[in-house]
Amino acid sequence: MEDMNACYARMAEAVVAGDAEAAAVLARQALDERLDLPAVIEQGYIPGLRRVGDLWEDGEYFLPELISSAAAMKAALAVLGPALEASGAAGLSRGRIVIGTIEGDIHDIGKNLVASMLSANGFNVVDLGSDVKADRFIDAAVETRADLICLSALLTTTMLGQRRVIERLRERGLRERFKVLVGGAPVSRAWAAEIGADGYGENALAAVTQAAALAAAKVTP
Amino acid sequence: MIPALRPKVELLSRDYVEKVIGEALDLLEQEGVFVENAEARLLFREAGMPVDEATQRVRLTSHLVEDALASTPPSILMYDRAGSREFTVGGDEVHFDPGSGAIRMLDSVTQKERKAATIDVVRLTRLTDACEHIHFQSTALISADVPEIVADSYRLYLGLLYSTKPMVTGTFRIAGFKPMLEMLAAVRGGSEALRRRPLAIFDACPSPPLKWSNLTAQSLIDSARASVPSELISMSLTGATAPVTLGGALVQHTAENLSGLVICQLARKGAPVIFGGSPASFDMRKGTTPMGAMETMMIDMAYAQIGKHLKLPTHAYMGLSDAKIQDAQSGFETGLGAVLAALAGINVVSGVGMLDFESTQSLEKLLIDNDICGMAYRLLDGVAQRDEPLAAHLFDGIRPDTQFLTMPHTRKWYRIEHRMANLTDRDTYDAWEGAGRKSIGDRAAEQARALLSAVPPNLPDPALQKELRSIMEADARSNGAAGLPDLP
Repeated sequence: MEDMNACYARMAEAVVAGDAEAAAVLARQALDERLDLPAVIEQGYIPGLRRVGDLWEDGEYFLPELISSAAAMKAALAVLGPALEASGAAGLSRGRIVIGTIEGDIHDIGKNLVASMLSANGFNVVDLGSDVKADRFIDAAVETRADLICLSALLTTTMLGQRRVIERLRERGLRERFKVLVGGAPVSRAWAAEIGADGYGENALAAVTQAAALAAAKVTP
Repeated sequence: MIPALRPKVELLSRDYVEKVIGEALDLLEQEGVFVENAEARLLFREAGMPVDEATQRVRLTSHLVEDALASTPPSILMYDRAGSREFTVGGDEVHFDPGSGAIRMLDSVTQKERKAATIDVVRLTRLTDACEHIHFQSTALISADVPEIVADSYRLYLGLLYSTKPMVTGTFRIAGFKPMLEMLAAVRGGSEALRRRPLAIFDACPSPPLKWSNLTAQSLIDSARASVPSELISMSLTGATAPVTLGGALVQHTAENLSGLVICQLARKGAPVIFGGSPASFDMRKGTTPMGAMETMMIDMAYAQIGKHLKLPTHAYMGLSDAKIQDAQSGFETGLGAVLAALAGINVVSGVGMLDFESTQSLEKLLIDNDICGMAYRLLDGVAQRDEPLAAHLFDGIRPDTQFLTMPHTRKWYRIEHRMANLTDRDTYDAWEGAGRKSIGDRAAEQARALLSAVPPNLPDPALQKELRSIMEADARSNGAAGLPDLP
């Protein structure tokens, strides 16, 4: 047990240090040694992620640390995910999300931040990249049976395209099927309300909280 | 008489400037840029550059960049709507214009942000027209009461109707260029006349790092061919979309701008290009893009110095604030930015009126900023020698009760040497209290109302109004947009 605790601590440390390589190596060792995978995630990696959240709240960590830690978490989950699914364990997916930057906008820094935080927090994320047309968001959401569509825009000019996606969802009779979360530098709560989005993430962490709330609301009618 | 020294600030040594340019040229040669636009890639291929169609990556030799630099004019003459007043964009000339592309208005009454409508764009444009120290107009605000598809041409339409000043604008769609150019040509009475007397600058933003989108590259090509000046707006975010060090960000900025300049010159040799930008010191906590950060202004001043070294006209987003209301922050960030931009000799300085990370415009802030720009211009005029000797003759026969108020010398010079306060408070406490304890924002709001009711709109002649309307309506119709809003 001593040994296991030390092993979990190293996993947590890899996440806290934002060391994706170490996080993945430890995950592979866990597979090789046939460790209890749900326990590895719950007692190894998740406490690391929680510690990162605390460091952020305390003002110790800034975005470079936060995003590196998210990348480390993602690297571990990429190793453990397939084995978890194969083992028939419930898995850790909190929901499936289609994300992308609106048509006309090829700035994807904000979207990438949100996408990596969402994956690190156990969402199954389908990243469509940047300059994504309204219908492509919807087609991808239908194909992947997504719960949420996340729309990012950095420019004040392309932000207007977020409304278009929601309009197309209505026109295609799919508005009720997906929750829509909007974000991006110029996006405000008022804008989200105006275009009829279900949520608005003012930053990457808020997006995770919002997505979790929306996904939970969607599962439990 | 000893001429006044023009005060000037440079942040980089010559060695540093040359190092940045050298690394930028290496970057373009070794890594290249991503160009989404097929026509632009074709131009590069025709120029003998290695182009990878699959990855859209283009590598540029230093030789090509140097050729392009050699054919780019070192300065541009812009003309007002009447085609009579001339503005030099080059040398150390400084012209302020409202920060462009805001989508929200800080409401004068509620002091809350709200979306902007035609009436707001008209008011902002008219006030800018009335501001002495704001030389250029920009399509500063996007109105939400027209279909999004024609949002770009519509804001230029309103600008040309309600302002006489040279414009800074840009496209939101490839097809937007044509109607916008038609409007500009209509004002000038033909496209040849427009070539000779440019009326508008078109902004084009590369996407960091090192990417030109289809739209922005097309804007460069179309503008170059029409002799419309392109303003290259590299907008890297330190540590997010660009290296975190100021020096590293400068290398990327220079490489992005130079690649845009080459696209312009390949489209038409001699095309006017402005070395500009809107970079920001990325906030590692909030994930925001502070325009009022000192580091942002330092990057602006430094790349402008690099632009000057390359003998190019320059531009920056300075003299704006990230504050959400008129407060101490909105004043100090704008004041610092405007003064530093002026000291750096940046030719086009976009920002006045703007709040909240380039997203919001304010009528009150615009007027306050006009005062700030006036102070910056006064600073640039420097300390002149007005008399020979400077003062000795004023002390002839000095007595204990000598005063200067009634001297002819005072009367001769006081209006030239000193600027009167406009909105700035210089009252005694009692006078200020007696006038209702008003903040500068309150006074600016009053002045905005007064100007809008007292000064009639500067409309062009009815025939031109009609022609602009018909170009705008045709653009709206061809995009399936029913009716345009009535004008106020």
